[in-house]
Amino acid sequence: MEPDGVRAELEALETNAAVLAGAAVLAGLDALELSPQRGRQGRGRRVAGRAWSAVWPKLLAIGIVILIWQLVHITGWKKFVFAGPGATFSSLWDQMQHLALWQAIGTTMQRAVIGFALSVLFGAIVGALVSRIKPLRAAVGSIITGLQTMPSAAWFPFAIILFGLTTQAILFVIVMGSWPSVANGLITGVDYTPPLLLRAAKTMGLRGLSLYRHLIMPASLPAFIAGLKQGWAFAWRSLLFGELLVQVPNMPSIGVLLNTDQDQLDFADATAIIIVILILGVLVDSAFGAADRGIRTRWGITSS
Amino acid sequence: MSVTVTQAHASVLLDGVSKVYGKGGAAVLALDQVSLEIAPGEFTCLIGASGCGKSTLLSLVAGLDQPTAGQVSVGGRTAFMFQEPALFPWLTAAANVELALRARGAGKAERRQRAAELLEVVHLGGFGGKRPHELSGGMRQRVALARALAQDADVLLMDEPFGALDAMTRDVLHEELDRICAERALTVLFVTHNVREAVRLGDRVVVLSSRPGRVIDEFAVDIERPRRIDSVPVAELAGKITDRLREEMTRHGA
Repeated sequence: MEPDGVRAELEALETNAAVLAGAAVLAGLDALELSPQRGRQGRGRRVAGRAWSAVWPKLLAIGIVILIWQLVHITGWKKFVFAGPGATFSSLWDQMQHLALWQAIGTTMQRAVIGFALSVLFGAIVGALVSRIKPLRAAVGSIITGLQTMPSAAWFPFAIILFGLTTQAILFVIVMGSWPSVANGLITGVDYTPPLLLRAAKTMGLRGLSLYRHLIMPASLPAFIAGLKQGWAFAWRSLLFGELLVQVPNMPSIGVLLNTDQDQLDFADATAIIIVILILGVLVDSAFGAADRGIRTRWGITSS
Repeated sequence: MSVTVTQAHASVLLDGVSKVYGKGGAAVLALDQVSLEIAPGEFTCLIGASGCGKSTLLSLVAGLDQPTAGQVSVGGRTAFMFQEPALFPWLTAAANVELALRARGAGKAERRQRAAELLEVVHLGGFGGKRPHELSGGMRQRVALARALAQDADVLLMDEPFGALDAMTRDVLHEELDRICAERALTVLFVTHNVREAVRLGDRVVVLSSRPGRVIDEFAVDIERPRRIDSVPVAELAGKITDRLREEMTRHGA
């Protein structure tokens, strides 16, 4: 073997050794800097513990409300109409045995889903246009915020004149009440796309549609979800208000049930329906909460 | 007046480049008649105090901004690395690298394979499935380096990429950058305010004045590689450059 060849080989070996040493130091640094992995043992118990710690404050709150309610009932205040928890829950149980309640829930939820879906569609289209086109933004941006603060009840005369006492009238008011929140959520999200990420995307050559698809849409997702959540709250309010005001013949809904209870001065039944409304609201809200938490975990902005 | 892509001898050529921000009385001259030539494969460090327009200069070379006067020519494409990793938080490390490949039009299978290779280059082979928040600062910056390499650019622009890291991590990353630059014959324009870092890494250190930014001096770094940031020759040259910078700062205090 020529000395030159040997030297070259030695040099190659040395370089390799240097690279390996560098890699080893890096691996050590990486291991030190990452927080130690939590053991997988006892994971089931941890989940159960977390579920319990989330549930007990709610149970306690419900318990306190029922206790106060029962105390008021015992004092005999307005005793001919005011029903205690016992009568109310037995009414709720009773109504749950009948198809009418489930039909009413079905109708109301169907309206809620259709109305909300329409307002999400409309709000997202308007939001996307307004956030993209500057002149449109100057013209429409403040109007959206104005519409958002407008009580949706104000739309009912308008809707009833247009559509009569029909489901369309109710859907119209739901959409009018909730699309501005959806649009504003999207606009805020686009506005708050981090400028540094925009710069990074531009240096990578992301432009036009792919810039929207890979950066602006995912970056605006949290604000958009917040907008959806707020939009849902407005839609839900508009819907129940609408069902009290617009009674569509032969269509039992939550609003119709409440109205009947009001006419018959049936406090227990009315309260039972209010509890149903509350439960539905909480269920949908927790779905939005789960979506929000999912994003936070993905992005690493959880507190835990 | 514009950024042109040419295949000249120099990889990056700035000719009498000036940049003014704002208009009228509020106008600020950020760069004043800067001329600079960077050969292919050269590692050039730009150094200067605050307000020397270092970042402006990089933006001009990257084509993110247009010069007010003068000519910027770049022989090929540029990739940019920032002080912050600027990774997309909703994507995994591998997906972040893949996105750069996708922007260049690479197919799915190629993206996956190249991203894995590039993460291996920065010694993060086992971390492709992690999201940025699950990685340490140094690891995130290495993912950002892999992403910059994925752009297959001719010129790598680095804006204080290790400025936010602890000294030990930074030293190791210097070695990594040395190795990667040698392997890939990269042309690098590296901005820093750390004089020793500039001497440790660069073939040449260009000193800029502040407000407005002007090239006031240049130092060739004839120190054999591999270098160490705490070696005597590096410290000596760094001392000389620091003196020159202090001179410049005194001028502003007077």
